[in-house]
Amino acid sequence: MRLIATGLACVRSGREVFAGLDFVVSAGEALVVLGRNGAGKSSLLRMVAGLVRVAAGRLALEGGEAELTLAEQAHYVGHQDAVKPALTVQENLEFWARYLGGGARALPDVSLAALALDRLAGLPAAYLSAGQKRRLSLARLVAVQRPIWLLDEPTSALDAAAQDRLTNLMRGHLGSGGIILAATHAPIGLEGVKELRLNGSAA
Amino acid sequence: MTGMAALLVRDIRLAVRLGGGAPMGVLFFLIVVTLMPFALGPDLALLRRIGPAILWLGALLASLLALDRLFAADYEDGSLDLILTSRAPLELTVAIKALAHWLTTGLPLVVAAPVLALFLDLDPRAMGAVALTLLVGTPALTFIGTIGAALAVTLRRGGLILAVLVLPLTIPVLIFGVAAANSAIVGPAPFGPPFTILCALTLMSLVLGPFAAAAALRHGME
Repeated sequence: MRLIATGLACVRSGREVFAGLDFVVSAGEALVVLGRNGAGKSSLLRMVAGLVRVAAGRLALEGGEAELTLAEQAHYVGHQDAVKPALTVQENLEFWARYLGGGARALPDVSLAALALDRLAGLPAAYLSAGQKRRLSLARLVAVQRPIWLLDEPTSALDAAAQDRLTNLMRGHLGSGGIILAATHAPIGLEGVKELRLNGSAA
Repeated sequence: MTGMAALLVRDIRLAVRLGGGAPMGVLFFLIVVTLMPFALGPDLALLRRIGPAILWLGALLASLLALDRLFAADYEDGSLDLILTSRAPLELTVAIKALAHWLTTGLPLVVAAPVLALFLDLDPRAMGAVALTLLVGTPALTFIGTIGAALAVTLRRGGLILAVLVLPLTIPVLIFGVAAANSAIVGPAPFGPPFTILCALTLMSLVLGPFAAAAALRHGME
């Protein structure tokens, strides 16, 4: 499986954010998107998730499931956690697991345990801290299997132990042939990742 | 289909736990209907004659109350991003969300209507006619309203724009809803034709609403 971008350009409200972007990410590889604030890191991830229009160029997934679009094979973890305060931790995760659907998936309590949230399962999400909400959002990655992970600042608000858990999850995902695109300022703790610098020149 | 069932359960659960939609809608309905006799004077014959129209107007305005949160709440916490990357067709998702919204805010209005009809001195036959036309007509109001809710999702103060956008579109539903209720009560026209047109309007909105709202959401998110 390979995610291929050729000559990718992004235009937000009339302003060109980036253009002529080329990269290839193969199965088992992670691409870290770097760049100053406003360089278009989030826009690039949202573009792969189908939430921002591709202004020019092409974005394709080779060797994925033919009947599904690229966005339908990707997990998008953005700045917002998509957590409903009125539902419990377990209900939040169960909803997304069932709604996103498709593919093999782990049981919600297994996914919660993977991010050390199992003891909070019955708690309304309104009482979660920012880091716990972020972990609940990341539990989706375990609960529903999708080959491409799009992580926008995944480590924000996470403590050291949770960052280690996330690193282990990412390592496991890459080991099973997944693809990760992460936009981050902080190191994500993976070895041998590709880097893409967004300020005109791709490295 | 399990995903759609999960969505229906989630939206109903949220509506029940947050408690905003149904009680507020019914209370607003109650207040509109209670204010009318104060404005019109204690003329029971007049109230009885225009009762169905008052109930319909009250239900129409009350059904718009919570509609602006239909997609805005999901937009604000990022859920809408995930909904757009789901494998389920967006049109179906919109239809299920609208159904959950109607069950939690539209249906309570239908149930409350016969009680409020007592305030307007309507007889049991008239109560039944109004409740039946509301039962058939309020889904149309909700599904037409989803279009406005989808258009207003990225706007602040979307509630006001929603009312301005949606109310003109509900005029046909209002006309045939009140006409059917009146013809059942006072005649002389038969109940059938306006009621079947009302049914047709509802069926049309059940189909057109989700498609238009999904198109508006896709366009609005870019």
